[in-house]
Amino acid sequence: MITFIPRVKVSKNWVIIAPILSIVFTIFFGLLIFTFLGYNPLETLYQIFVSPFSRIDRISDILVKACPLIIIGTGLMLCFKSNVWNIGAEGQFIMGALLAGFIALSFPNIETKFFLLITILAGFVGGALWAFIPAILKTKLNVNEILVSLMLVYVAMLFIDFIVRGPLRDPMSFGFPLSKPYPEGAIINKIPFPGIGFLGQLHYGILFVFLLVPISWIFVNKTLGGFKINVLGSAPQAAKFAGFKQNSITLTVLLLSGGLAGVAGVIEVSANIGQLQPEVSFGYGFTAIIVAFLGRLSPVGILFAGIIIATVKLGADNAQMTMGIPKVVTGLFEGILLFFLLTGETLQKYKIKWSEGK
Amino acid sequence: MRNIIILLGVLVVGAVGFLFYQDKSEIPVAEKETSVTKVGFVYLTTPGDHGWTYAHELGKQMVEKRFGKDVKVSVVENVPEGPDATRVIRELAKGGNEIIFTTSFGYMDPTLKVAKEFPDVKFEHITGYKRSKNVATGNIRFYEGRYIQGVVAGLMTKTNKIGYIGAYPIAEVIMGINAFAQGLKSVNKDATISVIWANTWYDPVKEADAAKVHIAEGADVLAQHTDSPAMLQIAEKEGALGFGQSTDMSAFAPKAQLFASINNWGPYYIKKIEELRNGKWNTGDGPHHWAGNVWGGLKSDMLIISKFQNMPDEVAQKAQEALDGIKTGKINIFAGPLIDNTGKEIIPAGKALDDGALWGMNYYLQGVDGKVPG
Repeated sequence: MITFIPRVKVSKNWVIIAPILSIVFTIFFGLLIFTFLGYNPLETLYQIFVSPFSRIDRISDILVKACPLIIIGTGLMLCFKSNVWNIGAEGQFIMGALLAGFIALSFPNIETKFFLLITILAGFVGGALWAFIPAILKTKLNVNEILVSLMLVYVAMLFIDFIVRGPLRDPMSFGFPLSKPYPEGAIINKIPFPGIGFLGQLHYGILFVFLLVPISWIFVNKTLGGFKINVLGSAPQAAKFAGFKQNSITLTVLLLSGGLAGVAGVIEVSANIGQLQPEVSFGYGFTAIIVAFLGRLSPVGILFAGIIIATVKLGADNAQMTMGIPKVVTGLFEGILLFFLLTGETLQKYKIKWSEGK
Repeated sequence: MRNIIILLGVLVVGAVGFLFYQDKSEIPVAEKETSVTKVGFVYLTTPGDHGWTYAHELGKQMVEKRFGKDVKVSVVENVPEGPDATRVIRELAKGGNEIIFTTSFGYMDPTLKVAKEFPDVKFEHITGYKRSKNVATGNIRFYEGRYIQGVVAGLMTKTNKIGYIGAYPIAEVIMGINAFAQGLKSVNKDATISVIWANTWYDPVKEADAAKVHIAEGADVLAQHTDSPAMLQIAEKEGALGFGQSTDMSAFAPKAQLFASINNWGPYYIKKIEELRNGKWNTGDGPHHWAGNVWGGLKSDMLIISKFQNMPDEVAQKAQEALDGIKTGKINIFAGPLIDNTGKEIIPAGKALDDGALWGMNYYLQGVDGKVPG
């Protein structure tokens, strides 16, 4: 039997050493695996970790990829901090994108960019409504939110599928499941840089991340709401004694995280796709769960975690393009990275006790 | 403790420094080596050993074999049809690839987007309908193979019930069902086709379930417009018969596969790369076309038929006749009179549907049960 015993005092030194050790182990095992499979190990590591930073437009691609992860991860952070397990951000992302898309397509001639405020708000509402279902079931009937939120992901996937094949299908698409393109007013433009032009896909939606991270930091660390969430998560009994209303906190964090996932959906679709299609998310909602934990449930941590995950994903593509390493191999490496990072964090907080268990 | 920290710090700095020092593997930006053509491929999934992407992989291998050292091929697999596709295609273009094949329908808009930024790079989008100055499109007349499937099914069925598994109710799939129905009708007026929509291109579990339902309802010959060998495996187990999709699937179902329609992209890829190397690459005519400037079938060997097996010689002979008929143009699959399954006349005798009409199909012809969803 293995039991985890919380350390009374977390060593200051280990807070620094643990992540470094994790990275050293990751690199070590990475080198081992790549060598074993017959790829130049150093070049592979270079492609995965360094090449995504080797050109300014590649760096901007990292930001683009990290953008939805950070937005969703921040929302999930609020949930996980208060012990509410929203696993359905993927579905909330889709429903946010869908509601915003419906509104965008209802005004085919709109050109003013102020319209984006409406679509982003619609995205928030769409995502929040989808999260409201597990929220209300949890608070009124004590139904497990993990199952409900997860299962609603599949409902959302099928729903958007139905919508783009049926009601919102572009009659000019030869029967293919695509909506009409969004009107100009609902498109998030790429950022033009004087003298350089566009940098990859870098778009104005990134600004939302730079707003969100400080705001969520202030909310978590400096407001009563954030305090309540922290207490409810780390000491539910204390929260009860203090008279915090658990149900209203649960409801709030689920609506906020659903709403943020919805906003991420709007930004992703409006900036990168520009129309509705059967698949809009590609697992962002699930990856963001890893991002939230990798970022240790803190806003700044999530910013970096999002960037790390995005870097590795892009690096994996580069490794494939230049060296022909299949995605499964780089996927394995991603797994090793996460394993060691999370192990390092756990061991720094807990002691392991081996005992003869039955 | 301090020492450990310092040691680790040095290790990490050293490792990272070394990696930077190794900076040789960087993709050269638009640097052209003489006479070597750089070719990029974007795949929807990992190729595996069957189905859609594997067929493209075989085409890529033919390219490598044909050109040897004269081409350098880069492949990116598992690219989702969205913003990732845009990024990957752009990276390939930046990496100096002169011609880039994007091998799934959903890469259509990403391909066009990147093509605008790289006017000197040629793009080949597979199965799309939008083109531009440097984006050509290519597709296969998959339905021609399905006509032959219909002929064989009509001769082999004892229950007169054919089970068909559709991917999505889009024109390409519907024309396949209708072509199958035409083949069926040509040899057996009593058999009918029942369609189950899997709503996926690839999901072995769903495909297997659909196959089981068809067999439980009495179908003894199965056809599919989905990508996994699951249907054939079920057929093999239940003693039914069926057809392989995209690649030869007889290894999965040696007793059940009658034949497979094989997507043969190699010659097309080779032709386009050759054109590029000779400076003759072109996109054909017009910016907006239902099937692309190349829509090749049995005649051009873009679609090939695997060995006829698990059938009596007479049936194989009929199948061969149908195959030859389509190749020589003696058989026009969608020649009138065509009547849909509600009794409405689509086109009178003496006329035939043109390519544009095929891409507008949203009805079933006689012999198919039910109606097109949506």
